[in-house]
Amino acid sequence: MMIGTRTNFGWGRVVGLTVLALAASVAPLPSFLEPYRPDFVALTVLWFCLLSPRLLGLAYPWCAGLALDGFQGVLLGQHALTLTCIAYVAAKFRLQIRAFPPLQQSAVVLALLWLNEFLLFWIDGVAGHPVTDWRRWLSVPVSAACWPLLTGIYARFASRR
Amino acid sequence: MGLRLIVLAAMAAGLMVADHRQHHLAVIRDGVASLAYPIQWAVQAPVQAFDAMRESFATKTRVEAENIKLAADNLVLRLKLLRFDSLEQENRRLRAVRESSPRVVQRSLVAEIVRVDLDPFRQRVLINKGTRADVFRGQAAIDANGIYGQVTRVGPFSAEIILISDPEHAIPVQVNRTGARSIALGTGRSGLLSLPYLPQNTDVIVGDLLVSSGLGGVYPPGYPVGKVTAVTRDSGQPLLEIEAEPLAGLDRDPEVLLVWFDSEVMEPLSEPEAAPLPAQAPAGETP
Repeated sequence: MMIGTRTNFGWGRVVGLTVLALAASVAPLPSFLEPYRPDFVALTVLWFCLLSPRLLGLAYPWCAGLALDGFQGVLLGQHALTLTCIAYVAAKFRLQIRAFPPLQQSAVVLALLWLNEFLLFWIDGVAGHPVTDWRRWLSVPVSAACWPLLTGIYARFASRR
Repeated sequence: MGLRLIVLAAMAAGLMVADHRQHHLAVIRDGVASLAYPIQWAVQAPVQAFDAMRESFATKTRVEAENIKLAADNLVLRLKLLRFDSLEQENRRLRAVRESSPRVVQRSLVAEIVRVDLDPFRQRVLINKGTRADVFRGQAAIDANGIYGQVTRVGPFSAEIILISDPEHAIPVQVNRTGARSIALGTGRSGLLSLPYLPQNTDVIVGDLLVSSGLGGVYPPGYPVGKVTAVTRDSGQPLLEIEAEPLAGLDRDPEVLLVWFDSEVMEPLSEPEAAPLPAQAPAGETP
């Protein structure tokens, strides 16, 4: 459940997990479930940045964000910017966050994802096509609720040889 | 680390500005889109395979019922087609009299919709045809019932279509009954268009058919767009509030038709007052 300190994973695993997260972010869902889709890419980026910011740096969230922009066909660079920002905050406070119990960790993730969504909302507005539908905020709590589960799966995945 | 954040954020902001303002990033966009496409395709492949399997196990009774319906449809369509040839000839003669070229669809291509969810709050879909099939930006897409949308982004093997119900989309339309022209805006909901620019004294009633007017040159003229579902007349307001329902199956089509047509000629369409005249003219000529 907790994020381990082991950092001996290669680029292959990072890229593999990120591509899986990208695929999960566009996989077809019934339309009533769509607003509840967790933000898999943001969660994956956060996990890797908490685990090993030294290995990956900020270029990783930037590239993952750009890929997500390409996948969703939205304005190029918007997820790159927001994910880089939240990854910076996460990496800055990673030692404190890693020591938190799971529930508190989820709360931090909730705040970071809210920041992410707020930045996206802002960019949408500046670019002239605001999405004012309140359901756009639904994915934030859902993603935060998925955090303990996802980190459990990822920890197992990363420690496997 | 702080410096790198600033550099990367500036790069992202630069990308956004370049993408939003100048559309200079076609190469990067196409590159990212073509890298993404195999994964997007792979994601929806199991869903498609499941649908195909379910289709192959379809019960005999359902196939029979469908067959009866198709036969009935076929009969109706053939009846319509009987008159279509003579009407087309007549239309061509009238066009020749007015010295305007007919702007009808010349070529079409069936494209399958790739079943991935791009963004739940924007009405966009991905199709499996791209520049390799001569698809271009701004191309109109229609389905069997009406206008579907237009191409916004093209990769080599895929393209993105913005539906007429997307909040960023507007289509020039004409009320088929009266000829009154307006613009139908998308609302973000697949079953709803809004027409906010018609004055209070416009003759519009619930059930009116809206067809594309062809102004702007993106869509071929005369194709059905939607049906008016609600007209709100508030005498305190200068403009009417009109809601319409798109006729194309925006959220249920498995495939769409991309069309090529000659949009060079931008002739002014007949005014609402003059609309009944052409209908009377052939009656006078034919004997």
